[in-house]
Amino acid sequence: MSIRIWEVRKSFGARVVLDGVTLDVDAGETVAIIGFSGSGKSVLLKTIVGLLKPDSGAVFVDGQDVGALRREELYALRRQVGYVFQFAALFDSMTVEENVAMGLRRVPGMTEAQIRERVEESLRLVELEGYGARLPGQLSGGQRKRVGLARAIATRPRYVLYDEPTTGLDPVTTAVIDRLILKLDRELGVTSLVVTHNMESALRIADRIAFLHDGRVRFTGTPDEVRSSEDPIVRAFIEGRPELAQEVV
Amino acid sequence: MNGLWSAPLAWVGRSALELSAGFGRFGRFTASAVRALSDTGTWGRQLIEQMARLGVESIPIAVFIAAFTGIVLALQASYTFTGAVPLYFVGALVAKTMILELGPVLTGLALAGRVGANIASEIGTMRVTEQIDALETLAYDPVAYLVVPRVLAGVVMFPIVVAFADAVGIAAGWITSINLLDLSTPEFVRGVRLFFDTFDVRYSLVKATSFGLVVTLVGCFSGFGAAGGAAAVGRATTQAVVLSSMLILVLDAFWAAVLL
Repeated sequence: MSIRIWEVRKSFGARVVLDGVTLDVDAGETVAIIGFSGSGKSVLLKTIVGLLKPDSGAVFVDGQDVGALRREELYALRRQVGYVFQFAALFDSMTVEENVAMGLRRVPGMTEAQIRERVEESLRLVELEGYGARLPGQLSGGQRKRVGLARAIATRPRYVLYDEPTTGLDPVTTAVIDRLILKLDRELGVTSLVVTHNMESALRIADRIAFLHDGRVRFTGTPDEVRSSEDPIVRAFIEGRPELAQEVV
Repeated sequence: MNGLWSAPLAWVGRSALELSAGFGRFGRFTASAVRALSDTGTWGRQLIEQMARLGVESIPIAVFIAAFTGIVLALQASYTFTGAVPLYFVGALVAKTMILELGPVLTGLALAGRVGANIASEIGTMRVTEQIDALETLAYDPVAYLVVPRVLAGVVMFPIVVAFADAVGIAAGWITSINLLDLSTPEFVRGVRLFFDTFDVRYSLVKATSFGLVVTLVGCFSGFGAAGGAAAVGRATTQAVVLSSMLILVLDAFWAAVLL
């Protein structure tokens, strides 16, 4: 149970976004991927579930090369991976309950009663009991993110990928989401990969932090190692001081 | 001289390349929709809802257009025939024109606006807000979930809507004839029967089926291709309406050449 990203390259036209990214995520680990806006963090996350195909290199989940899987195998793999989108990507014509139930309807053998029970349980985990009948348009930004989280974990995946789970949220709601991620990691024992540019969040939730810069992983280490890093680019990022690194300015 | 022609030639070349790439994308998209037909578990649940949304909810606008078309046909036929052709030919002209041409084509064009725009904007919004990516991550084939039920609903429901339109158009022509023209019901019916052939109805419904296919398929294709933000959804919607309207007219000529 691990994710291995090996020498992944991805370009859009002439723009090279990922230029040989290599990163291993061990079972049960929470790894935060940080980096400046436009550094390819979300692109990297999308290659893991096969939403984007790398131009070269490979992503292995549970030892399976994601790019080489047939359609049915890919869908079977996706049932093991929960994905939390940056702007939640809730189906706006469906209620919260229906959104959370969507993934469960793809699980073979699940009855309607089991689906209902799991939806309630998932909403309870993200502290949104009683919100099932609401439409996404009736929720705040933080609540939408939590519904996105509930939908991602409803199938009890072994991996959860978070794409900027706290972007656009106030500090208190950010802390609530971070606490939820930690709670889900603890209670469900999942392996998590969190893309964020919120340094505080990364330090709070990650076992390990990878810093993506210029299309490559520039630095990996524990939160303490990141704090004490003397790499000017990393320091510029964590301190929010571009003058520390000439090439960032 | 070379410099003078190089810019327009380059433009023609680029346009030709873009057009052929567009055909290629549409071909691949259609092939993926055909392949997704086997995924009945995914699209089966959506079909009835889409038949109601795309078909049943379109009946009022189709009936409205057909009713006024029938009225105008009867009045214009009477105006044209006066003194030259027996007035009961009004029935023949109204029925023949509604069934062969105006019923399917006007309904098709109206639904290209209503249904095509609706599909393109809905799917386009889902594309730009990552809802289609979300479907993928939840192990749904988005083509099976979004495209197949809409296209099948279009293929099944357009002929039904057109059949309503044909009937309402003829009925409106009849009501106009007996109230505003110097024509009785038996005379109008005599005119309708004069050139009526059951083939005409089949022809009308075949056209409607093909219109249903292109309006829904082009709407889905345009929506899926949206990339960016609100402007991209707007472009996709416009593209869906313009392209499917043009294809309806092309198909109209095609069926006339092939079947008549």
